[in-house]
Parts: sequence; C-alpha cells; structure tokens
Amino acid sequence: MLPLALDQLTFSVGATTIINCISAKIEAGPRTIILGPNGAGKSVLMRLCHGLLEPTAGHIAWQGARNRDVRRRQAMVFQRPVMLRRSALANVVYGLQLAGKSRRESTLRAMDVLEVVGLEHQAGRPARVLSGGEQQRLALARAWALGPDVLFLDEPTANLDPASTQDIERIIQAIHASGTKIIMTTHNLGQARRLGDEILFISNGRLMEHTPIDRFFKEPVSSEAAAFIKGELPWH
Amino acid sequence: MTGLGEAFGAAWVLVTGLDPGLARIVLLSLQVSLSAAVAATLIGLPLGAAIAVERFPGRQLLIVLLNALMGLPPVVVGLLIYLLLSRAGPLGSLGILFTPEAMVIAQTVLIVPIIAALSRQTIEDAWREYSEQLRSLGARRLRAAWTLIWDTRFSLLTILLAGFGRAAAEVGAVMIVGGNIDGVTRVMTTTIALETSKGDLPLALGLGIVLIMLVIVLNALAALIREVAQRRYG
Repeated sequence: MLPLALDQLTFSVGATTIINCISAKIEAGPRTIILGPNGAGKSVLMRLCHGLLEPTAGHIAWQGARNRDVRRRQAMVFQRPVMLRRSALANVVYGLQLAGKSRRESTLRAMDVLEVVGLEHQAGRPARVLSGGEQQRLALARAWALGPDVLFLDEPTANLDPASTQDIERIIQAIHASGTKIIMTTHNLGQARRLGDEILFISNGRLMEHTPIDRFFKEPVSSEAAAFIKGELPWH
Repeated sequence: MTGLGEAFGAAWVLVTGLDPGLARIVLLSLQVSLSAAVAATLIGLPLGAAIAVERFPGRQLLIVLLNALMGLPPVVVGLLIYLLLSRAGPLGSLGILFTPEAMVIAQTVLIVPIIAALSRQTIEDAWREYSEQLRSLGARRLRAAWTLIWDTRFSLLTILLAGFGRAAAEVGAVMIVGGNIDGVTRVMTTTIALETSKGDLPLALGLGIVLIMLVIVLNALAALIREVAQRRYG
C-alpha cells in the first residue's frame, strides 16, 4: 500500500491554515519521524494521513489500495491512550473483532501480543486501572494485533517516565522489525535519533525538510531546522 | 383529627406491620413507575445515543428542547395524555383511560426527556474522548454508539434510577390519567394527596415514609454503583 503520496495537502480551520500545501512521498521501509516544535501541525498531518481528518485541499494517495481496505491496513496509537472500560485482553480483542476476526481467533492473537508487550499477567485486569506506561503498551498491543502495514504513532511517549519510554521504544523497534512501516511524531530529538531513519521536519504547517536522519542532524538545510536542532526557538 | 404523634405512631404500625391495603398501593406504584422507567429507557437511551454521535441540522435545537422538557410539569403531561386517551380523543378507542396502562404511558412521556437528555450528555462526553480511537479501529456509528453505551453503563444506570425516582414521586400525571380509583389506579402519591385532604393522616404518612425511604434507597444505590464501578473499572 506504500508509498504514501501527499499532494499539496492543506488543512485549515476557518482562516487558520494548520497544514500548508505539503507534498511528500513516504516510502515503505525506513522509520519516518515527523519532527517539529509544538503547534507545528505534526499531529494534524498524521490525522490527515490516517483519515481521521479530511484535507481542505490537496490529496492523499496510498499505492494500489482501494479506499475500503486502506483503513484496515493501518493503525494508530495516540498520545493519550484511550482504554475501554473492560479488561486489557478485551481491549485488544475489541479491535480484532472490529476487523472481522472471530472471538476465538481474536483471543488467541490478543494473548500472543500481550505477551510480546509484557502484559500477559495483566490480561484480566481492567485496562483503565493500569499505569500510564502499561496503558500505552496496551495501546501498542491493540494496534499491533491488527497486523497493520502502517502504524502511526502520535507522540507515544510524551506523558511517560524514562523507564516506560524505554519499554515503548523497544516495542516500536520490534513492530518495525516485524515489517510494519512506522510513522511517528515527536518533538524529542533524542527519540528521533534513536528511532528514526528519515525525518520530515515541519514548522508552521510547512514541510521544511524530508531527509535521512544523519543528514538532518549534520547539515540541516532550513534555518528553522538548524535552530530547532540547536534547541533554539525557531520563531525568535 | 388525631394528633401528629398519634398519626406517626399509626403510620409506623402500618408500615412495619405490612398492612395489606398499604402494601397493595406500594406495589402498584412500583409496578407502574418501574414499567414507565423501562419503557422510557427503551425510547430515551437510543434517542440520547443517536443525538450524541450523529450530526444533523437542528441538533442543537433538539438538545435545548430535550433539556427544557426535563422540567415538564407532570400535570401538563397528565392533561395531554388524558386528551389523547379520552373517549373523544385520537386514542380513545383503546379504552385505557383510568387504567394502570394509562399511568405507565403518562409517566413514560414524563421521564423520556430526562433519560434521553442525561444519557445524551454522558454518551457525548464519552464520544468526545473515544471517537478518534474508535474511528481509527474502524468502528462504524452504530457499533461505536453501542460501545459507548456499554462503556458508560454505570453512569447510565444511575440515570435510569433518577428517572424511576422522578416517576415514583410525581402525582399530577397519574392523578389525571389514572383517576385515583381505589384498588385499581391508586398509587402512593395520589393516595397521600387524597387521604391528606380527607384527614386520614396515618395512611398518608405511612405512604410518605415508604416514598422517602424509596428515594433514599435509590440514591444510595446510585452512589454505590458509581463507587463500585469507579473502583473496579476506573
């Protein structure tokens, strides 16, 4: 279903343009990091790609996938995990059943994934009483269980402590290793370095650069990116 | 005319002694109001859920209207249902005026707005929190609505209890469409109204005690449900 082609993608609310005419081609394989300061439009760009928002102008095209299948073959993990008031296991099963799997098949698959993210002993516990880090691991399990071609991650560790962040990053690596395309937003340079292969740098709703990670950090092209890397505020 | 103390004493004897006359009235009250609560739930809950997750023209107006109807005066509902069911009315051929069925209908009409408006609020709050996640997982509207209902089931249950409490405590609607016929359509509230004006305070007070206890039990139940649900499901 990749590459994902963005063609002059624009999203505005009233007079405010949040995503401003972004064109890019996101290929299968490399882990793509959408980087940028808070308010740059990273999350909105991701929601547009995932289909949660409709662009006000421009197009999004997935290679060779019919519209109906597109949603099925991607999944998303949000900054704040949304857990249903049921057990951890049932939360994973819920997603699988929505995807058309039988109860038996869903339960087996869900148990497998819970084990991989280290939550097999919490399977029967209500999802909402788990810690923040556990809930985010559960959210990853729920997304991963669906076996998506593409996984969107919107600042998945923004609210977590270092230990939980490490767990999450390890799981993201494992999902990448299993062949799922990772597209992730972050404003954390360290995390971008650890997890990324290529960077889409966004500032003020515009795509400033789209480069391999090493080049981005060594020789950023735009002054905004250079300033961001130096830890300066790009609008000063 | 007995003194207040004596009246209380006699009322207490009626309540604790499970006086058959009093028991029959209490039973009919519970039957009518429970039926109304169930019927109002079957109508109000899907209505509330639909308004919560759907976007359509006039939605905001409908919400305002529904909220306003929560304060519907029971006598007015009684009057409207009376006009509908009276022999000359459009539903007169049913012949159910002055029966418990008519009372159930009147109370249902009275509490549908309460259940619809409150569950709309509850489900919409949940929808705001869940919608992106559910849409991301591919849940269609109907499935999403059902998920929201199930996930807010404990809050919804307390709404149903509130509706039931309102039905059991109202007097105007059942008085008009029921007619307060002894042994047939006489419920707690209408009996209290009648016996008080007749001067038979023990029975009125006895029923008053039962009614207040019922309200307290309902509220305790609602608090308990919230507490348990919070502890167990977060």
